[in-house]
Amino acid sequence: MLLINCPYCGEREQEEFSCGGEAHIERPKNPPDLNDDQWADYLFLRQNIKGLQYERWNHSFGCRQWFNVARNTATDEILAVYKMGEKPPVVESNDPITPCGEPAIGSGNFSTSKKS
Amino acid sequence: MRLQNNKNIDQTKKISFFFDGKKYYGYEGDTLASALLYNGVHLIGRSFKYHRPRGIISAGCEEPNGIVQLELNEFTEPNRRATEVILYQGLIAKSQNRWPSVKFDFGAINDLLAPFFPAGFYYKTFMWPPKFWKTYEHFIRHAAGLGNSPKKDDPHKYEHYHYHCDTLIVGSGISGLYAAKIAATQNLKVLLIEQENQIGGSILSSNNYDNKINGKSQSEWKAKILDELNKLNNVKIVTNTILFAYMHYNYLLAIQDLQPNKGTDKKNLIRQVVWKIRAKKVILATGSIERPLTFNNNDRPGIMLANSVSKYLNGYGINLGKKIVIFTNNDSAYQTAIDFHYRNINIVAVVDVRNNLEGELPLKVKNLGIKIYTSSIILDTSGRNKIKSVHIKKINQNNVKILNCDLLCMSGGWSPTVHLFTQSRGKLRFREEDSCFVPHQTFQDTLSIGSCNGVFDLKSILNETFNSVNNFLNTNEKESLNGEIFDSEVTNTGKQKNAWLVDKENISKSKMFVDFQNDVTAKDIKIALSEGFQSIEHVKRYTTNGMATDQGKTSNVNALGIISELSGKDISSLGTTTFRLPYTPVTFGALAGRFVKEFFDIERTTPIHSWHINNNALFEDVGQWKRPWYYPINNEKMDDAVNREVKATRDSLGILDASTLGKIDLKGRDVSEFLNRVYTNAWSKLAIGKCRYGVMLGDDGMVIDDGVTTRLGEHHYLMTTTTGNAASVMSKLEDWLQTEWPELEVYLTSVTEQFGTISLNGPNSRKIVESLFPDQNFNNENFPHMSFKELNTDGVPCRVMRISFTGEICYEINIPSSYTLSLWNKCISLGESYNITPYGTEAMHVLRAEKGYIIVGQETDGSVTPIDLDMNWIVSKKKYDFIGKRALTRSDTAKEDRKQLVGILTVDPSIVLEEGAHLVEVETSIPMPMVGHITSSYYSPNLGRSIALGLVKNGIKKKGTKLIVPTNNKSIEVEITSPVFIDPENERLLA
Repeated sequence: MLLINCPYCGEREQEEFSCGGEAHIERPKNPPDLNDDQWADYLFLRQNIKGLQYERWNHSFGCRQWFNVARNTATDEILAVYKMGEKPPVVESNDPITPCGEPAIGSGNFSTSKKS
Repeated sequence: MRLQNNKNIDQTKKISFFFDGKKYYGYEGDTLASALLYNGVHLIGRSFKYHRPRGIISAGCEEPNGIVQLELNEFTEPNRRATEVILYQGLIAKSQNRWPSVKFDFGAINDLLAPFFPAGFYYKTFMWPPKFWKTYEHFIRHAAGLGNSPKKDDPHKYEHYHYHCDTLIVGSGISGLYAAKIAATQNLKVLLIEQENQIGGSILSSNNYDNKINGKSQSEWKAKILDELNKLNNVKIVTNTILFAYMHYNYLLAIQDLQPNKGTDKKNLIRQVVWKIRAKKVILATGSIERPLTFNNNDRPGIMLANSVSKYLNGYGINLGKKIVIFTNNDSAYQTAIDFHYRNINIVAVVDVRNNLEGELPLKVKNLGIKIYTSSIILDTSGRNKIKSVHIKKINQNNVKILNCDLLCMSGGWSPTVHLFTQSRGKLRFREEDSCFVPHQTFQDTLSIGSCNGVFDLKSILNETFNSVNNFLNTNEKESLNGEIFDSEVTNTGKQKNAWLVDKENISKSKMFVDFQNDVTAKDIKIALSEGFQSIEHVKRYTTNGMATDQGKTSNVNALGIISELSGKDISSLGTTTFRLPYTPVTFGALAGRFVKEFFDIERTTPIHSWHINNNALFEDVGQWKRPWYYPINNEKMDDAVNREVKATRDSLGILDASTLGKIDLKGRDVSEFLNRVYTNAWSKLAIGKCRYGVMLGDDGMVIDDGVTTRLGEHHYLMTTTTGNAASVMSKLEDWLQTEWPELEVYLTSVTEQFGTISLNGPNSRKIVESLFPDQNFNNENFPHMSFKELNTDGVPCRVMRISFTGEICYEINIPSSYTLSLWNKCISLGESYNITPYGTEAMHVLRAEKGYIIVGQETDGSVTPIDLDMNWIVSKKKYDFIGKRALTRSDTAKEDRKQLVGILTVDPSIVLEEGAHLVEVETSIPMPMVGHITSSYYSPNLGRSIALGLVKNGIKKKGTKLIVPTNNKSIEVEITSPVFIDPENERLLA
């Protein structure tokens, strides 16, 4: 279970929070000017990155504030926490170095052997 | 009598217990396993598949065979490992998987039929013909499984406990204790967890003469350190606690058995506690598990792991045999021979697969005059319910020699207990020289020390622990321990030799067990490989190796070795199966903790709840709320009660507890603008004291909520939401405010529970409010529909709205919660002469359906726009933007033939349709396209016929046409109509 550093309350258990999906998707200011494809982009299309992802989180059982989190979705490591409206910080990749040549990011132990 | 100088047993405290109905005696400190072994009970149960006689092979949580059914009735617990059960007075245990008795078991016929039950037997046999599976399943389910689960509620209580610490140390063996001492001197908050009831780990199985630390016996060393640790306030030590899960961010779960020696006496006390631990740093000192060897008939009672035999000898003072043979591929088993020597028991022989014995221990054993057969293997064993002899032969020779014995100690090397390390996402490395998977790379603040890190020699363990723990905790080495550093003599160890399959040639006609609990043999693995299974994960699932309740603690590495030997591939290239949590089985009770029965989910009740109960209400769950469903009088059936409530409301006066509706208080400069953005209609011009109905959309244009919002003041509004959506609407509004429109000054406060809401409906409702608020004129001019007044009754301020969800004249009174019940009672007595009738949610549904009012979540399902609901009038054309506006003109949402809300009337008025029923065209062909479905369907007592609402493709334009509802045995003819069945001109509503 994650330990999330709420920018307003400090470190709290994950069960106090809810995740609100990908961050930095701004609602267009001029919806009538957008064609269906552009609107669908805003409405439906989200990234599902295996690795660094910027996400919205809400401290729903705490201060109820929304904020942003930079998280590696494969390792579940939280790399940065910042407030709404702030620019996403530059975060260096933290993909693990693997001992036996298996894919850098994966689940379980080295169940896949290196294909020559 | 037990042997003296044992470590666990208090011989002054005798304990009686029952096994399979027979009474035995043990001592305090015994496990069930040690007590049974002391009484000469080696045959504990029957194996899973072949029903072979099985006995205890180990002395810890890795035990695959010695599993029993503990206690009776509501206290019964299946599949408990006898090696983990602490003995208590009056304990009752039963052997499992046998009928009629463990000594004569009918199912043992499976053993003779074994050639017909190879790996994949079930997959192959019971697949054809496919429809017969239901027949087979009954028999397979009956034959499978080990113990029986309890049929009654568990009378015990369970608890969860949160704990934060600087350093968590798992395991209290030599390295764990040493690490605890180092961490403790640094003033860190230390938690030391031990799974057994005694601190010490491997110290408990050691003798008092060898492997001394700083010249002291290991027991003396332990006593000294424990004494020091116990004096410190910053160190907490818990025993009988197994760490079973290691998750992200050093979050770990452990299960503590409180007073396991109390048995069922503690039924009113807490039995187990799940510790939820957050540790800044974690030190794993979890030790290692000895591996069995794989040879024909290696599963007979009396064949045990060598080190476990030492533990029963040194720890529990039990000598398990008179004629003892040891079979090994490494040096460690020789320690068992030496342990017996100290007790003046000489063993028959050591059989060693190795040719050259270079280590110190074999030399010592040789000098004791014990016969060592080098380059030799055990081919087979004999003895039905207990081992009688072993057949040994030299490798590459054919002469078989038979040695009589009553105890065979085996050792196939050691597997570091890396389970928790890998759960923490740590990566393993395979070490060829002793076939160990050892920790390689960590991804959390974790350190592995001692034999779980693949370090087995005492001196190395002490050195490694000192260096790596100091380094890990960033301590100053010189200052730590006040200069006291622990040391030991070196024991030179000879090389281990792999012996995965000692008798490879005879594998196909043998029973060489690999997984004892699931009865998987080397032959099964060979079959799986020959049938083309290559991945270790596939072989595991096909053979079920490692899938029993012990999760293959003793079998997984052996299976890998066998696969490697048969396939010619390196073990390191095979990888391992995943070490999943929990490390050992955990009771459901412990995981549930206190969150059972009434604490399983929050139950919300209104301030009027007690009245509903006293008046015979049946309740319906709406979200977490308990809402009155209907109020039967004198054994009235549901239909009769609902019809009565509906009729009374239209005819005279009905009263509804509407307190569960979500209420959000909105204040601030920009509330009007905010409402303009989140609702489809316009709000700027709503006058103070007026109410307006609003529909809320998602940005995809679909209806997510509806409700009435009232303007209380210039910058003050009160929004109502549907009961089920109150929390999600609140959270969505906060989301928009905080993330998209931080420039708006709006403050949201949930006031759902601060106010109770009483809804008075029907032509006589005005009479009641006139009595409650005599100073107010309630005629249409002074208090029209969709308006609000702040009024007083008995000095209590109320918010009264004239709004309606029934189509009748209706007044909703919001009053502070603490006054709600008294106002309700007052309404009931004032309404007596008008036949005031409390109605529940079912009547509420019928009333609103008669009037064609929708319920979000019933008429809508997340794919319905306000246009689909024929509510064009509520969608502003003038506003530049609101949430959901742009999506309403997407090609899909704007298309003609979307499903639209209409009324549905059956041609036969007595038929009440099923909600969810499909609608098809009258003239249609197979496959019949579905053109719509029924969303609401009731009998309307006011109309004297059935009514329904439904969503029909292009339905608004098709009013008057017929459709068919196909059912199992007949087709029901229906007509599409307007959804408003009563008072379409609003004469009753505005009366």
